[in-house]
Amino acid sequence: MRGFLLNRLSQSLILLLIVSVIGFLVLNLLPGGPLAQFGLDPGMTQDDLDRLKEQLGLNRPLLMQYLDWAWRLLQGDWGHSFRDGAPVLAVIGRHVLATLLLMGTSTAIAIAIGTWIGIRGATHRYSLFDHLATVGAMVALSIPTFWFGLVGIYIFSLQLGWLPAGNMYTIGDGSVLNYLHHLILPSVVLSLVHVAIWSRYMRTATLDAISQDFVKTARAKGLSERRVIMKHVVGNALLPMITLAGVQLPSILTGALVTETVFTWPGMGRLFLDSLGYSDYPVVMGLLMFSAILVILGNLIADIAVAIVDPRIRLG
Amino acid sequence: MTERSNSKSNYSRRDALRLMAIGGAAGLIAPNLLGRPAFAQNPPASPTGRIVVGLSQEPTVFNPLMPHIEVDDAVHFSLFDALFRMDPKGVLQPNLAVEVPSQDNGGISEDGLAWRIRLRDDVRWHDGEPFTAADVKFTLELITNPEFRAWRTAGHSLVRDIKVVSPTELTWRMEEAFAPYLSFLAETFMVPKHILEKEADPNAAAFNQAPVGTGAFKWAQRVAGDHIELVANADYVGEGPYLERLVFKYIPDMTVLYTQFKSGDIDLVDQAFITADHYAEASKLPDRVVMLERGASVESIYLNLEKPQFKDPAVRQALYAAMDRKAILEAIYYGVHTPTETFMPQNSYYYNPNLPAQEFNIERARQILDEAGWVPEADGIRVKDGVRLSFANSTTSGNHLREQTQQFLQQTFAEIGVEMTISNLPAAVMWGDFWLKSQFESAISGVTNVIAGDPDVSNRLHTKAIVAKGGKGSNTGQYSNPEVDALLEKGARTFDREQRRAIYLRVQEIVRQDLPFLPLFAYTNVFGHKEGLEGFEANSNTRVASWHAAVWHWKD
Repeated sequence: MRGFLLNRLSQSLILLLIVSVIGFLVLNLLPGGPLAQFGLDPGMTQDDLDRLKEQLGLNRPLLMQYLDWAWRLLQGDWGHSFRDGAPVLAVIGRHVLATLLLMGTSTAIAIAIGTWIGIRGATHRYSLFDHLATVGAMVALSIPTFWFGLVGIYIFSLQLGWLPAGNMYTIGDGSVLNYLHHLILPSVVLSLVHVAIWSRYMRTATLDAISQDFVKTARAKGLSERRVIMKHVVGNALLPMITLAGVQLPSILTGALVTETVFTWPGMGRLFLDSLGYSDYPVVMGLLMFSAILVILGNLIADIAVAIVDPRIRLG
Repeated sequence: MTERSNSKSNYSRRDALRLMAIGGAAGLIAPNLLGRPAFAQNPPASPTGRIVVGLSQEPTVFNPLMPHIEVDDAVHFSLFDALFRMDPKGVLQPNLAVEVPSQDNGGISEDGLAWRIRLRDDVRWHDGEPFTAADVKFTLELITNPEFRAWRTAGHSLVRDIKVVSPTELTWRMEEAFAPYLSFLAETFMVPKHILEKEADPNAAAFNQAPVGTGAFKWAQRVAGDHIELVANADYVGEGPYLERLVFKYIPDMTVLYTQFKSGDIDLVDQAFITADHYAEASKLPDRVVMLERGASVESIYLNLEKPQFKDPAVRQALYAAMDRKAILEAIYYGVHTPTETFMPQNSYYYNPNLPAQEFNIERARQILDEAGWVPEADGIRVKDGVRLSFANSTTSGNHLREQTQQFLQQTFAEIGVEMTISNLPAAVMWGDFWLKSQFESAISGVTNVIAGDPDVSNRLHTKAIVAKGGKGSNTGQYSNPEVDALLEKGARTFDREQRRAIYLRVQEIVRQDLPFLPLFAYTNVFGHKEGLEGFEANSNTRVASWHAAVWHWKD
């Protein structure tokens, strides 16, 4: 186990290095840069722009800028946002809870419903339910989320007036009920795609498990079908799901770019889009590193969890 | 009014001012000089209610002296005061100063070099400290501090020897006479010396995220990525505030911004306003007031005058005559914007309404080119002295309305033997060196030519403002006319409004004749707010709708 962890750690560090170099290069090679937003400001002279470039250290060679950034990061300094001047970690901290709320809810919905649909689809293979679930999943996967979002807003907010047209809460009303009311539409819309993914994976995994010999043995022992499915099939079918959950874990904290924009949700996805739009290099780099670390952690946790749950697997 | 006089036995100075304003005695002292029709409205006695303003970008910069964009202005105008304010008619009004200095009142010397500012004596910062001349000195010096990441420095860099004469008076010397500085000061918000002087690094001061001003509203809180909340400053010296809370809500998508206006989540739409394609629908919404307000930007076809195709004035005249601007406005821009012949905003005091009107006339365009010796080749494209009348036109790719405009122009230009190809670029490339260093052949751009409502357009039209020729500025079309240069220099040195007006009317005449760029239309913004919101007035001399939220209130 210790050898495994050390091995993983060194791999992760190399991965982070590669991610940071590529991210830094791509970001800096994009035309525009942080001062482009002032290019059409009639009151800012070329002198002003040149001065700011120097003050922000953007006129140094790229390698110098990278090394400076990396060195500070190693010392725990993630830098300051070019926009509001706040430390990058504080900026992330201000947005991560909103995303956790939205993504956590929608992932919980997706796992619960997706797992149920997957198991039922597999045990009732080629039934009407299975066909509907399959078609539904294809539709959900092939239609962009923002379309669902806009249609949802049109129907439930503008026409019926049941749900808010976006925002995380009504300004001036911070009650739990108010949050929940605002959470319904975006989390359901967001979970559509995840339900589709989860149900397809779960269905396949369940089908795999059903055809295994131990299931036949269980049936031969005379166990009820319900017990066979719940205890023997589902238990085994959930194993590959742990890996899938590990892959999905980072997105719970990194957010949904489009959904957060459509529903004006102040989360990480929108922070990323905005920071990219303003070329807020420190924040974009911070977000890249943050997601990379989460991806590594997610996979690591999944691997360890699988090893704990499945006695056949030994890490080392 | 009478109800209120019963409820209070002793008036504060502020109450007295407010009553005078309401009662129509506005001419006496400053509060109602900002052009609001005081008689029609009935603001509440104490700040009540809340207004939520929708913005399509997130305000993130709260130190008003640091580089910021339009939406940040909305917050700054509510939190801070400047020495003066520019009213909707383009006239400067005193704000923290008791008077706008001029050569007549002795505030500015005859040679324009010595300035004297007199300040109000009753202003306090939101933390209770008195505002004095030392704050003004500190603010102006911070802007030019090389360690500080300042926003605009034009004008400020000419200021020398700032002297605090008394807490309510200060003087300085200008390196050269520069009349636009008065207007620039209207966008220079004062920051508190007693807070910022203690900071080792003004760029990273705590103040920048929890600002303290003198304005009508005080900082309450910011929910990053979502909204900013301000509360009434009960001790405000000017008129208002009448609202208890003012909220700026960030809505990251123009369609959603409009949707939330429709659904009632926001009370007023600020930057970037309601899009032209929603205007027809919006104007029919119940319980909403939707209005068209002339903006400061002008959409034009910019010609790079150093390209041989555009050196001949006849070509520019012919192209202008071949533009069916009416059809473009009606068919592509929903008829919202206004045709114009000049770079000057139509609401400006310096706008010249007597310029010859462009007429769409293909025959005339052909005739102009024929007479100038541009002869069609076998492929129908005209040539003169080896120069083919063919050029590329560029703008931001993905801007559908501009792309349609280009296709429209392409067709009518082809009819007069001119080939225009379309070569669009992503915004970051388009408005980078390609635009700033005049690497384009022709471009479509919406440009605000005036700064802070001042008519000085040297930055856009003076020969010294051509970056491609080593100059400093934004004369990207490389326009150069010695007569215009001389007039612009004179205008920048002239403080008298009438004299300045004559100068800039003349500049507009010459530019209309020279056609360094071909105006398509003047932008009109679609403003909208809920019915019952009173006190709102648009001001095209500022970049935002929320330039004077102090006087907003709900009808009771």
